[in-house]
Amino acid sequence: MTVLISANGISLRHGDNLVLDRVDLNIEEGEIVTIVGPNGSGKSSLLRVLIGALSPEKGTVTRKPGLRIGYVPQKLHVDPTMPITVRRFLNLPKRVSNADATQALATAGAPDVAGRQMSALSGGQFQRVLLARALLEKPDILMLDEATQGLDQPGSARFYQQIEDVRRNFGCAVLMVSHELHVVMSASDRVVCLNGHVCCEGTPDVVSAAPAYRELFGTGTGGALALYRHEHNHHHHDHDHAAKAD
Amino acid sequence: MLDDFLIRAGLAATGTALAAATLGCFVVWRRMAYIGDATAHAAVLGVAISLMFNLSIFAGVGMVSLVMALLITSLSGRGQGIDTILGVLAQGALAIGLVMVTFIPGQRIDLDAYLFGDVLTVTRADLGIIWGGAAVVIAVLVSRWNAMLTATLNPDLASAAGVKPAREQLVLTLLLAAVVAVAIKVVGALLITSLLIIPAAAARGFARTPEQMVVLAALIGATSAVGGLRAAMMLDTPVGPTIVCVAVGIFAISVVAKGLRRLTRG
Repeated sequence: MTVLISANGISLRHGDNLVLDRVDLNIEEGEIVTIVGPNGSGKSSLLRVLIGALSPEKGTVTRKPGLRIGYVPQKLHVDPTMPITVRRFLNLPKRVSNADATQALATAGAPDVAGRQMSALSGGQFQRVLLARALLEKPDILMLDEATQGLDQPGSARFYQQIEDVRRNFGCAVLMVSHELHVVMSASDRVVCLNGHVCCEGTPDVVSAAPAYRELFGTGTGGALALYRHEHNHHHHDHDHAAKAD
Repeated sequence: MLDDFLIRAGLAATGTALAAATLGCFVVWRRMAYIGDATAHAAVLGVAISLMFNLSIFAGVGMVSLVMALLITSLSGRGQGIDTILGVLAQGALAIGLVMVTFIPGQRIDLDAYLFGDVLTVTRADLGIIWGGAAVVIAVLVSRWNAMLTATLNPDLASAAGVKPAREQLVLTLLLAAVVAVAIKVVGALLITSLLIIPAAAARGFARTPEQMVVLAALIGATSAVGGLRAAMMLDTPVGPTIVCVAVGIFAISVVAKGLRRLTRG
């Protein structure tokens, strides 16, 4: 497997605060990796270091030459002073053909919004348009930062379903940051648990059983994970979650 | 043709308005109006320095505007009490400029021309600099259009696509200083911001894309320049403020028209 992007010994400070402490991370072709961690654990900062928006104090980021990143930001605020249609937005940063734009919107699950103003979209449509724009970069790796903020639980479950479809059809790697453990972990090949440093790492099963993970998130999430695996049905919240997620 | 002072004035005002309106859209989108205002006020210090050391007004104003814009941009990145810092820097530079002028040996200098513009005295050489500056501003904006738009919408999105948001911000700052230098003889230091902001604000309600907004803003800017000059000749009023009055009039009409359109639709 080819490594697409790797972070080696990344340390980052915000003021006096050590946000990232010697973090190592490799993303290989075609895998879905999720970074989980509590608020302020440096998840978003790590992603921003990887895309080159932040320069680390120590450590290096190595990219495969010519690596194309499709980035879906946590939040994109379109200032009300700027008029911009969805179709025009998809032309950023490079102009794309109408056929490609239509195709990307359909793939992302938001057909028929091309003529709308960005400011007139619902939360779910907006995230899908951001995803469509990222897909138009023909990415080797898709990076999503809390991409389902503002969506309800069924909405975000559908969104992550879409991400799995995208990976299957495009073969791109996916790196996600999320605090929605239940929804996200089941869709991942590998989970990295971050709290300033990498606490633990591995398949969702391994991480959810790891003591470091349980210390951060408690044990309640074990049952929620089971929702997608349909095993470990001993947890009494299972049916609740299952009903909501459907 | 350029021998006629009215033609020269009309061309100078139009060139300035076109560059200011185009850059003005970015100023509005990025909410940089306060930076524009402070930079323009500091231009008075540039005027004083030019007169004292016998430099071209464009050079002195351009230099001081540039320093001011860079200073403000670097300070505003830290996000602490920016309005206070601006107050100190802009008003300070304005006051120092006003005081400095009184120390210049020779006859007393009438500052009105630099505060409110004096487009009727524009020379052929001035015109060359104004149109040269305006052309550079517009050419730079057009050539970096998509990168700047991406960086304006979301800096992280730009980074991921290989565009450096800090560099785009720096380019905008340089262009802002250039526009202030170009505009000083046309509308003067106190009214430059209005040429940046008003056409863009008037265009907003009628545009569906950023490109439409820029083209519309440029049209409104040029119309204000020519209309303002004509009105000033007829009414015997100062040209710079009259141009701004026409722009404000167009803005008011745009607000009413937008309101009416909403009413008839709803």
